[in-house]
Amino acid sequence: MTSWDVAVILGGLGLGALVIWYFWLSSSSAVKAAAVDGVQELTVVVKGGYTPDTIVVKRGRPVRLNFIRQESDSCSEMVLFPDFNRSAQLPEGETVPIEFTPETVGEFGFQCQMGMFRGRLIVES
Amino acid sequence: MNPTSEQGVSRHDPEPAPLALRRAVEATGFRVSENEARGVAAIQGERHAAVVPQATEATAEDAAAQERDREYRRLRSKFVVAALIALPVVIVSYPAYVPGLMTLSKEATRLMWAVTAVAVLPVLFYSGGHFFTGAWHALRHRSADMNTLIALGTSAAWLYSVVAVAFPTLFPPGTAEPFFDVVAVVVALVVLGQVLELRAKGRSSEAIRKLMGLQAKTARVIRDSVERDLPVEEVLVDDIVVVRPGEKVPVDGVVQDGHSSIDESMITGEPIPVEKREGDQVIGATINKTGSFRFRATKVGKDTALAQIVRMVQEAQGSKAPIQRLVDVVAGYFVPAVMLIAIAAFVVWFVVGPYPSLTYALVVAVTVLIIACPCALGLATPMSLMVGVGKAAEKGILIRNGEALQQAQGLNAVVLDKTGTITLGKPSLTDVVTAGGFSEEELVRLAASVERSSEHPLAQAIVEGAQIRGYDVVDPEEFEAVPGYGVAARVDGRNVRLGNVAYMRQLDVDLGDLELRSVTLADQGKTPMFVVIDGQAAGIVGVADTVKRDSLLAIRRLQQMGLEVIMITGDNRRTAEAIAGEVGITRVLAEVLPQDKANQVRLLQAEGRKVAMVGDGINDAPALAQADVGMAIGTGTDVAIEASNITLITGSLGGVVTAVEVSRATMRNIKQNLFGAFIYNGLGIPVAAGLLYPIFGALLSPLIAGAAMAFSSVTVVTNANRLRLFEPTRLDGHVPEAEEVTA
Repeated sequence: MTSWDVAVILGGLGLGALVIWYFWLSSSSAVKAAAVDGVQELTVVVKGGYTPDTIVVKRGRPVRLNFIRQESDSCSEMVLFPDFNRSAQLPEGETVPIEFTPETVGEFGFQCQMGMFRGRLIVES
Repeated sequence: MNPTSEQGVSRHDPEPAPLALRRAVEATGFRVSENEARGVAAIQGERHAAVVPQATEATAEDAAAQERDREYRRLRSKFVVAALIALPVVIVSYPAYVPGLMTLSKEATRLMWAVTAVAVLPVLFYSGGHFFTGAWHALRHRSADMNTLIALGTSAAWLYSVVAVAFPTLFPPGTAEPFFDVVAVVVALVVLGQVLELRAKGRSSEAIRKLMGLQAKTARVIRDSVERDLPVEEVLVDDIVVVRPGEKVPVDGVVQDGHSSIDESMITGEPIPVEKREGDQVIGATINKTGSFRFRATKVGKDTALAQIVRMVQEAQGSKAPIQRLVDVVAGYFVPAVMLIAIAAFVVWFVVGPYPSLTYALVVAVTVLIIACPCALGLATPMSLMVGVGKAAEKGILIRNGEALQQAQGLNAVVLDKTGTITLGKPSLTDVVTAGGFSEEELVRLAASVERSSEHPLAQAIVEGAQIRGYDVVDPEEFEAVPGYGVAARVDGRNVRLGNVAYMRQLDVDLGDLELRSVTLADQGKTPMFVVIDGQAAGIVGVADTVKRDSLLAIRRLQQMGLEVIMITGDNRRTAEAIAGEVGITRVLAEVLPQDKANQVRLLQAEGRKVAMVGDGINDAPALAQADVGMAIGTGTDVAIEASNITLITGSLGGVVTAVEVSRATMRNIKQNLFGAFIYNGLGIPVAAGLLYPIFGALLSPLIAGAAMAFSSVTVVTNANRLRLFEPTRLDGHVPEAEEVTA
């Protein structure tokens, strides 16, 4: 085994560890939706993913998430909240509100139609 | 109000703008439109488009279609550029095989490759630019998708090639060869795949566009005794609307005067036009055939049946089938896992691979990155669901969500409510027995004329029966109801009496063998009524709730499909058995109290059955909720949508057949797609990593990997679109295609 081989093995292991840590082990910080007139409202930018992608809301109060899609990639043209039976087309550059009232505490996902873009909605009591 | 912007806003209660305000504004030459959601009446000038809730849904879909069109053209020009550059790049990449190039000196070849390195930059950054921006945005969200894989694969190939051309001495002799052809061809192919996929995706939302296209554009409304054409968005509740032959009914309402037949097939799937007269409901988007009529609008804008159907279909199309959960888990780990496999393949090929190991390691890693197709996996379920739910809606079947669809596919028992589901739910004249030399016409005409003054539903059935037979029913004189017995009146100067056997005894009429005939009718679940004309027994009219036109065929088809069909009813066993026998049902749950229906469903489930309950959405709501799949039948769209998993807009049981068939076809399609996507990735990635090399010495070219990846997602979308061709079994016994029957 040459020193090049050793270097490539070590480099491969290092790169692999980086991939695992970056995509799976670290998590992004959560953003709380602000309550205005009793409605918990937040703007979510859709561009290569959802910003913010972790949203914290209170149970039993209406939630309004305003999605703005800032890209033309057809993958993200729809956003789904499967647990709340809500979905919406997101025309590029337009603000599309999604409204619902979460009644149960827990963690719910939202995503694009193909499940490549994902976000989490955390409902607290 | 600000006249310069031709737009003004006045705040008031969240109700439509009151007519007085509307008229005052309209007098100034402006137009009023509603936006109930915000409680704002925006007063806009003619040049502004009205902002109306229902219009926004249609425009959102339009905007999406336009956007898709723009994206399509953008991708197409990207493909053309990539393809035009890829062709010469492929030629110069194999100088040893091209006459004219094979004689070039080493230096000249290197110069040619240097030019190629620059020439493929437009492919990378114009045609494939969206892979890089997409990958970057995803990376910032700590996620990775198809863009990441393509960007990594093509940029690695390009960088390696540039280094190989610029510093050939770094490499073992004879291995410093560039892969610019991989860069250009892979980008061209993947973009081509995206172009085709986008085209196919556009077709899959066809059902929704068709539904939205049904909406009438204008309405002829009478206001202040003047008829005027208004955009349909401006019709208010309680407006009087005029509809002429051949025109669309603009909104939902109730007929005020006039009568006509209306083609409701686009909403209900029922092919035969329906007669409408005063007091009947009309549905927006249906087509008036023969007569003119006026109706009072009861539902407008987002409340119309059509708007509700569109909303429900959209929500269902965006929902998830439980089968998707597994896919979601896989999709979440997929792309980083592919990256790990590519790294591992590189290391293994570098360390233990054949000479030149660096070249092999790179080619293998790039091929792994390129062949992996997360799109096929991600698209498999949602695409089929979208087409399947849309197809069902076209046939008048509203499936609430993906879960309902998946459940409907796995059913093995169907519980049918009797009254209103198997039967019409209202009595009609079924039997006429004549005696004493009276003709059927005479008997029915006289009986119906007497009953004309009665409001009893059985009486209505006799009157309708006479009208259907074309007999002339006249007004009776000296009408008298004898409570508990029957009725009596004079018709055309003759003394006519109708009633039960007790009435006959009281009148002391000689019934002859009529009494025996009446018992036979009663055994069949019918209500017999004796008719006496001028003191002489003239015959019997039998009235019963009758079976719907296609109930028998639908039930037979359900049984053929391997479903046990069970009837449930509150009626007595004799009537229930009679109806069950008529439609071929052997298992009957009779004399079940309404509140016990849900419990009966629970008992069937305890037998290990997957049960569908079919009933009207109102009385059967608890049973519908208890069943694995609750199907509400023929109760319009309001209540039913709330209570059930599946709503059958038509009253026909054929809808149950179609619902199960659509569900089975869709789930089969989803499974094909998932199987294909898993097999594709499960085989493609190991082969690309070189697993076959030690055995067969075969290695996949990155060019073939690019082609495979591009066409795998196109295949998934195309397979989903195949569902658009699905046709349910016609209930005249004709099966349109070779559809497997699970018996």
